[in-house]
Amino acid sequence: MPFQDKTGSRRFVLASVGLLMAVAAIYAAYRLFTPPAPEIDVAYNTVSRDGFYQVMFETEAQPIPVHETHDWVVTITTPDGTPVNDASISIDGGMPAHGHGLPTEPQMAEALGDGQYRVEGMRFNMGGHWEIRIGISADPGLDEAVFNLDL
Amino acid sequence: MKAARRHVAIGALCGFLALSACDATALSEDEKAKIASLSIDALGPVPPAPGNRFADDPRAADFGRLLFFDEGLSESGTISCATCHIPDQQFQDGRPRGFGTDETDRRTMPLEGAAWNIWQFWDGRRDSLWAQALTPLEDLREHAGNRTAHVRYIAEAHADSYAEIFGALPDISGIPENASPVGGETERANWDAMTPTQKDGVNRVFANIGKAIAAFERTLIPTETRFDRFARAVAAGSEQTGDAAFSDLELEGLRLFIGKANCLECHNGPRFTDDHFHNTGVPPVAGLPEDLGRAAGIVAVQSDPFNCLGRYSDAMPDACDALRFMKRDATAMERAYKTPSLRGVAGRPPYMHAGQIATLEAVIDHYSSAPAAASGQSEIRGVVFTDRGRQALIAFLNTLDTTPVSDP
Ligand code: HEC
Ligand code: HEC
Ligand SMILES: [Cu+2]
Repeated sequence: MPFQDKTGSRRFVLASVGLLMAVAAIYAAYRLFTPPAPEIDVAYNTVSRDGFYQVMFETEAQPIPVHETHDWVVTITTPDGTPVNDASISIDGGMPAHGHGLPTEPQMAEALGDGQYRVEGMRFNMGGHWEIRIGISADPGLDEAVFNLDL
Repeated sequence: MKAARRHVAIGALCGFLALSACDATALSEDEKAKIASLSIDALGPVPPAPGNRFADDPRAADFGRLLFFDEGLSESGTISCATCHIPDQQFQDGRPRGFGTDETDRRTMPLEGAAWNIWQFWDGRRDSLWAQALTPLEDLREHAGNRTAHVRYIAEAHADSYAEIFGALPDISGIPENASPVGGETERANWDAMTPTQKDGVNRVFANIGKAIAAFERTLIPTETRFDRFARAVAAGSEQTGDAAFSDLELEGLRLFIGKANCLECHNGPRFTDDHFHNTGVPPVAGLPEDLGRAAGIVAVQSDPFNCLGRYSDAMPDACDALRFMKRDATAMERAYKTPSLRGVAGRPPYMHAGQIATLEAVIDHYSSAPAAASGQSEIRGVVFTDRGRQALIAFLNTLDTTPVSDP
């Protein structure tokens, strides 16, 4: 490595700092003037549209698999946490940006008790943003929970 | 949220490392993940075939290979599966539409990797390889045979091989020479005259012919391509050498494929297919009968007596996932066809379900112009390509050809 005198390396440091600041400023401006990415709820726990139910789901495999038919376990409680055991549920969904639905017709297979229900036949045939709608019919009323998944 | 965070991270990285790490040729983590998802290394073992308990029996596979090439399984004695599925042409025939005793209405499909399919045929009207194999055997324009003739031929030419795998043949002494529930008028009348026991015995042997052929087809696995060697080097973080190195044009094409061109929406996973059906606005061929694609396939697969839920299937009903959770909405599936694998695609023109498009150039034009569907709704949103972009996509598709490893 060739010898470098102090002033040279100092100048180099100053220039680097300057460059860094410039890049940072450009990036900040870029962030300022591009619209923020839409805030999408990716938590697998949500309140149904009309507030009747707290709905959660877990998948057989993590992360949620693409290209694999798999099961979900959906847990339904009232907002105060009481398990809802008499529900019948339906699953629908699709990719809003692509204008298509699910590649399968998933079905509720069995009630497991404790507000839990096993859903079979879930399948995603591509990565990207999916919207899953779980329709719930039980004593508190008819309602729908919507989940946004980024696969 | 996730995407936004990634954005910030990349921004910060570029800020700190200034110009060097941000040159346009470095692959992002997201691109690397997508490349890995397409690599042959992401392909798991051949999935189980619950409907066929002989699927992984090597004797059945040997017998199946024999039957695949056996012209005795045809009315004229001149046609076998290999007539249309030619082994050294990726098990397809290069014609716009397959030709047996006459021209069919659809393009012959390549068979390497077919064992991974959930649905068979362009419209998915069969749910297993063994059920699929029975269809051409009785199609008038393909093998043009019929059920009892095929079973009598097995008894005459292959009784020992058959018995070794499947057990003794049933008594076929009294059955008609030509009979089938799906044949011409004479064959159907002859079939109707048979006793239930005779019919069942014939159906069982017929199903076993399919099961043996399926066991053979399960050995036809996709071969490694230049793209796979490139992807392996990317995954390992090592330099791409020899033919694993992509040219600028190939890399640009790959990036388009997994990015702006949206191809990955449907051609995804290591077989470059999502195993589903899409209307992509490919026009019908003038003069052919109306073809509704998957909309008709949905009905046909449910009524197939050899499907996973049928009595000749070895599967417990619970194991028939594909049928149980099948999307039954026929209107949404009008003129939708199964996404074909793109492995080896450059080597097998013409393209699409009835050979409508002659070249890859014209395929790219199709995705660019995105014509409206003749019926149903096309899912393709036109993509504007530059001339270089077109060339790049085609260069990339060429890297999916199955060429042997070249010496560096
Ligand atoms: C006359 C030519 C011809 C013959 C003979 C023929 N096939 Fe085919 N094969 C085709 C055509 C055409 C298609 C697509 C048909 C469709 O989708 O309607 C096809 C589709 C298939 C598929 C579906 C592949 C996929 O990816 O969905 C398999 C598997 C297959 N054939 C195996 C066989 C076997 C096994 C035999 C022998 C028992 C056979 N074929 C005989 C022309 C032929
Ligand atoms: C919406 C799903 C979808 C998208 C997006 C898509 N394809 Fe396809 N592709 C299909 C389907 C379905 C077929 C078969 C259509 C038919 O035969 O009617 C097909 C056929 C093809 C074929 C012909 C293969 C053969 O064996 O006949 C090629 C090549 C191809 N696509 C390349 C591409 C490229 C390149 C892109 C991106 C520019 C792309 N596809 C985007 C679904 C899609
Ligand atoms: Cu989509």
